[in-house]
Amino acid sequence: MSNSKLPQIRPSEITDEAVYHSRRRFLATVSAAAATSLLVTDRSVAESAPDLPALPPARPSRFSTKVRPTSYRDITHYNNFYEFATDKYSPATLAASLVTRPWTVAVDGAVKQPRTYGIEELIHQNPLEDRVYRFRCVEGWSMVIPWVGFPLSRLIRQAQPTGNAKYVKFTTLYNPREMPNQRSDILRWPYVEGLRMDEAMHPLTILAVGLYGRVLPNQDGAPVRLVVPWKYGFKSIKSIVRISFVEEQPLTTWMRAVPSEYGFYSNVNPNDDHTPWSQERERRIGDFFKRPTQLFNGYGDQVAQLYRGMDLNKYY
Amino acid sequence: MTAERIVWLKRAVFAACLLPLAALVTATLRHALGANPIAAVEHSTGRWTLVLLLVTLSVTPVRKLTGAYWLLRFRRMFGLYAFFYACLHVLAYVVLDQFFDWAAIGHDIITVSYMIVGVASFVLMIPLALTANNGMVRRLGAKRWQGLHRLVYVIAIGGVLHWLWLVKLDRTQPDLYGAILAVLLGFRVIAALRGFARRIPSGRAPRLPADGTQ
Repeated sequence: MSNSKLPQIRPSEITDEAVYHSRRRFLATVSAAAATSLLVTDRSVAESAPDLPALPPARPSRFSTKVRPTSYRDITHYNNFYEFATDKYSPATLAASLVTRPWTVAVDGAVKQPRTYGIEELIHQNPLEDRVYRFRCVEGWSMVIPWVGFPLSRLIRQAQPTGNAKYVKFTTLYNPREMPNQRSDILRWPYVEGLRMDEAMHPLTILAVGLYGRVLPNQDGAPVRLVVPWKYGFKSIKSIVRISFVEEQPLTTWMRAVPSEYGFYSNVNPNDDHTPWSQERERRIGDFFKRPTQLFNGYGDQVAQLYRGMDLNKYY
Repeated sequence: MTAERIVWLKRAVFAACLLPLAALVTATLRHALGANPIAAVEHSTGRWTLVLLLVTLSVTPVRKLTGAYWLLRFRRMFGLYAFFYACLHVLAYVVLDQFFDWAAIGHDIITVSYMIVGVASFVLMIPLALTANNGMVRRLGAKRWQGLHRLVYVIAIGGVLHWLWLVKLDRTQPDLYGAILAVLLGFRVIAALRGFARRIPSGRAPRLPADGTQ
């Protein structure tokens, strides 16, 4: 079962939607705190694309926000995915050319156990969790997104990094036939992102394989993407094919493109003045009024200690 | 071009210039502006301001190149429509985007470079719109009126910079508008230089054809 390809799942293996909902409702009675987030998921799955395969059941997470998620429609029709286009509307249709099965992710570099994972292994051999996270784009808009994924730290522990592993470098697929805008030189391809080892090991950092209880739509970074909720969205690299453990800080795609505006850390910071526009406030998609942006996107309680003693304006 | 035809054409152009607004209103009512409708309204009104500014600035070059002098009768309408869409653009920013948060607006204007140049361009448009009538041409005198309205060059450059400085990475569109503006302004520079050359006293100059061609 664990190695079966996703499109070949037998109908009997998929939880019937009604059963899924009733199980959700049963669980919802267990605790009042869990109830809110589960009912939210309940409403949302009904709203998601029925043509995408459902994922195995996911556990709720204490890291999830209780805020009502952004609509499935908006999460899947307002995407920065420069491999397809530089506007935010056309990836929803253009990303159809991306082939996500079969798909492998190479884990290599300064590790004792380098290996290549099939996407089905990643989905079926890790306990999936619902992680409803705030998502803040450096452009000044934000969403609340019900990801399904697992902590990146699980994969890192399996790989057993050596003492030389100081950073983790992530690489997106390079395939101009499936990602046509990789033929332009608007950015250096393939897209590269990076995290410091302690950031990568942080329990908030996940590899997401799903959205609203189903597999990720292509335009949202299928089949597997990084999600680092306290950093600007471009750090959460999409459609990952390689995770390398390295000694030197990776030169990320946006640092290379505009070094004066985008740094390695790119933590959400309302006092950040590197971009030409202000980061003080954001518009939550679906809202009329802007809201103040919070330092570390509101995850300061969990992550501020990672940056103790660091000047956030210098290490932007 | 008969006077009657010009009247009809003016009505058609007047209606055509309202089409972008009509499209925007329709899209709003149909919830077809996407996930970020406020940004969509700002982008649309800003783009049409710039389009109409470029159309206004192309009247003189096209008129001189084709000899269609009647085009001049449309320039004021294009200019005023550029101002109209600029007003909608500013209104969208103040009401929809910031909802009268004057502190935030003030902060934006003094700290964000594309805001500074955008506001400056808009403010410079106001005296031009106020004097866009025959009465003001008479009162100011043709020469002073023309001098004042040359501000439109500064306004258009400011408008392109406003867009260029706010894009994250992909400059294709503002670059295109900038290139068109460069051609339109370049035409005037060349025309001015040739006019200047014609005025230099020399034995041969008076024998040149009156329109400057050789």
